Amino acid sequence: MEAFSSLLEQLYYTSGTKAKAQLIANYIANTPDPDRGWAIAAMAGTLRFDFFKRNTVKNLITEHTDPELFAMSYDYVGEVSETVAHLWPYSEPTDSLPSLTEVVETFSSVSKNKVSETLANYLTIMTPAQRWALLKLGTRGLRIGVSARSIKQILADYGNKDVKEIETLWHAVTPPYTEMLAWLEGDADKPDIENAVTFHPVMLSHPIEDSDIDAFEDNTWQIENKYDGIRVQLAVKSERSATKKTANKNASQSSDEDTPDRALFSRTGDDISHSFPDLLDTVDGNMVLDGELLVIHNLEGGANNATSSQPDVDTFNALQQRLNKKKPSKALQASLPVGLIVYDALVLDGKDLTEKTLKERRHALNKWFQHNKSERLFLSETLSATSPESLRELHAHVCQNRAVEGLMLKRLESKYIPGRPKGQWFKWKRDPLVVDAVMMYAQRGHGKRSSFYSDYTFGAWEDNQLLPIGKAYSGFTDEELKKLDNWVRRNAVGRFGPVLEVKKELVLEVAFDAVHPSSRHKSGVALRFPRIHRIRWDKPADEADTLANVKALIES
Amino acid sequence: MHPSTWLKADDTGLYCEPGEFYIDPMHEVATALVTHGHADHARAGHHNVYASKETLAIMQTRYGENMATHQYAVTLGKTVAFNEVKATFYPAGHILGSTQILIEYAGYRVVVSGDYKRRHDPTCPPFEVVPCDVLITEATFGLPVFRHPPIEHEIEKLLHSLRVFPQRCHLVGAYALGKCQRVILALREAGYTKPIYLHGAQLKLCHLYEQLGIDLGELIPVSDVADKKTLAGEVVIAPPSALADRWSRSLPNVRPVMASGWMQIRARAKQKNAELPLIISDHCDWPELIQTIEEVNPKEVWVTHGREDALMYQAEKMGFKARALSLVGYDEEDQGGN
Repeated sequence: MEAFSSLLEQLYYTSGTKAKAQLIANYIANTPDPDRGWAIAAMAGTLRFDFFKRNTVKNLITEHTDPELFAMSYDYVGEVSETVAHLWPYSEPTDSLPSLTEVVETFSSVSKNKVSETLANYLTIMTPAQRWALLKLGTRGLRIGVSARSIKQILADYGNKDVKEIETLWHAVTPPYTEMLAWLEGDADKPDIENAVTFHPVMLSHPIEDSDIDAFEDNTWQIENKYDGIRVQLAVKSERSATKKTANKNASQSSDEDTPDRALFSRTGDDISHSFPDLLDTVDGNMVLDGELLVIHNLEGGANNATSSQPDVDTFNALQQRLNKKKPSKALQASLPVGLIVYDALVLDGKDLTEKTLKERRHALNKWFQHNKSERLFLSETLSATSPESLRELHAHVCQNRAVEGLMLKRLESKYIPGRPKGQWFKWKRDPLVVDAVMMYAQRGHGKRSSFYSDYTFGAWEDNQLLPIGKAYSGFTDEELKKLDNWVRRNAVGRFGPVLEVKKELVLEVAFDAVHPSSRHKSGVALRFPRIHRIRWDKPADEADTLANVKALIES
Repeated sequence: MHPSTWLKADDTGLYCEPGEFYIDPMHEVATALVTHGHADHARAGHHNVYASKETLAIMQTRYGENMATHQYAVTLGKTVAFNEVKATFYPAGHILGSTQILIEYAGYRVVVSGDYKRRHDPTCPPFEVVPCDVLITEATFGLPVFRHPPIEHEIEKLLHSLRVFPQRCHLVGAYALGKCQRVILALREAGYTKPIYLHGAQLKLCHLYEQLGIDLGELIPVSDVADKKTLAGEVVIAPPSALADRWSRSLPNVRPVMASGWMQIRARAKQKNAELPLIISDHCDWPELIQTIEEVNPKEVWVTHGREDALMYQAEKMGFKARALSLVGYDEEDQGGN
């Protein structure tokens, strides 16, 4: 645990990817198994379970310190783990700190009602830096400025391999990665992943530029709706009939269980299978499909008749109620059933298609849909345009449909290249909605923005009163943040705990993707993904938008 | 008469009406009593200034010989009268020349502690516990998260880094008055005998310290070093602001180090781009603040200068009457010798 904590400490304060990679490589080279594997898992975000809940930590600290002082400290520090690390009252420094592996094993086997006590005992024998490491590790909140992708690169460099090899292995191997590390060090063969369902890094698009639209030519692009769901990858290796499977939850037990033969991955490779058994239970075959996960209401119309039946897609709001549900109830699965709009295939019938062109892949996908029935899979519709003008018209047309976010343009000749290759795929989002709102409250940010007032609540006018319509904490530069922070401090008129009320004088141009009616907010509206578009230092507050203006943007 | 009726904070500073003087005023006034030389306490241009002789010397160094029309060096522990009011200066242990001021009037004793700390500091005598009715205390680090480690421990971090990165120039950001000299002395106490290199802004005050009999060892201005590459593996001390500016680009392979009490909070250290944060403070940490309130044992605690809420809460919990006193010119973001 000492070495791990010290690594995190150094990573935290080191800037520069190269220097960080060096530190991690040194750690891997000098730390025994299985500690180093668990550390890799912690950094790459592949630990499969929380050691303890954030709430456990909060409850513990309120038992062990004055809650008022904790609240004031937290408001200042801006982060629970660090506040707790400093406030934890006892310290009996010891030479015999448990190893990282012991910590992982203890928390994976300890009974639920002992978790809190176990954590408290550990905190007591640790230094503040070690406590911080444990709390970050245990709640899987490690943010050290090293992406999972960089970890893979570091491992590849460590073993003198191509990073692609690591990537194909990645989702088939589990922490503490002993076999993989042995292979990287030349002491063992490459782990066998023949029968495992693995994530394939996805191909991403660039935002489209005007010049790309002007250069549009007929018969070069596949045009599709950009759906407002989440991008997922469905990987299946089952020739048997579909049986109910659950993803194994506990990393340390994974080797004892059957390897799952199907999985749903997020765009970044997180395994989200557990949230969507309704989809997974209905698919079969040997394929990797790329598509959009959505709530779809006419499931009976699925793949058996894909050409004539279009999916009845619900809003992102609906899908959101299905996300991050570890165990979705039967009722929820029935009222908000999910399906997949498939737009690409990386593997079909066991054959890798990533070296084929999109045109060829689409052809194969069409044929596959004709022979494979699944009520939850829909083939994405392709649209057509012949010139830049007709493409612009098409975009304007599809954007009238609020279930669609814009257009996707994919070069017919594009191979499936992981990452974001230039000039191959474009997304053309609808223009965001904007309103001019007035800042009402500000709150200190967290993480790297701790101590800056970076979270703003803003409102719209109703008669002579401002009603809050949302909260935003992004969209501005670091320079602008400094100015906003300064403005907030100089214009505070009241304080409610951590929240400062400010003079109703600063107009924020807020961009957002949609407005929904909401009973949770006094204003009756909720904005989807609001962000600060511009700061209108120049605009008088009484010229900001009214609530009626905002409500007019609600989609019917 | 209760002190709240004759000792008040206004736009200029803390004003004692019957004595007709300000303590640490931010603007030019007729009579100023100055606790110590940091810029957020000591300003130029007053008619009469009363302060320790070291503080006067610091003010002269910073603002010139004529920084005030009349300058009066007080003797610690000796009372000066202002009308019916008696003022006595006592050591505060914050920086060279730093004092707290006891004000006696109408049967009340009020101690204005200024900035202070309770740890050993070779540049000044330790804080003296002065019994009083009202203690006006700072609360720069007035939250229980602040526990400053021993300075030896932090200096060892710097020495360790010098061993691990012998090819990197260790650029230490430290406030020019107090912090800079404390870092130098702690390095010397830890056995570091090599020359220490200084940014131009640190020079004058280091020379003053030496004139006042504090030996800082060999100091070399960075501007005197012809080949900056030779500063690899050396310690350079500069004002915190110089860490990020053009000046530091002439130094070889800089490892940014920051010496400040704020460095305890990760995000703060990160915001200052410190790769090596050293938690070195000239203020009290939380346990020291509590210790001081306990030992002084006043009837009332007035809290100023920082995170008042938590310290007031704590003082009340300990059974003291507490209130906030908001003084101008003191913002938590001030770099004033933290």
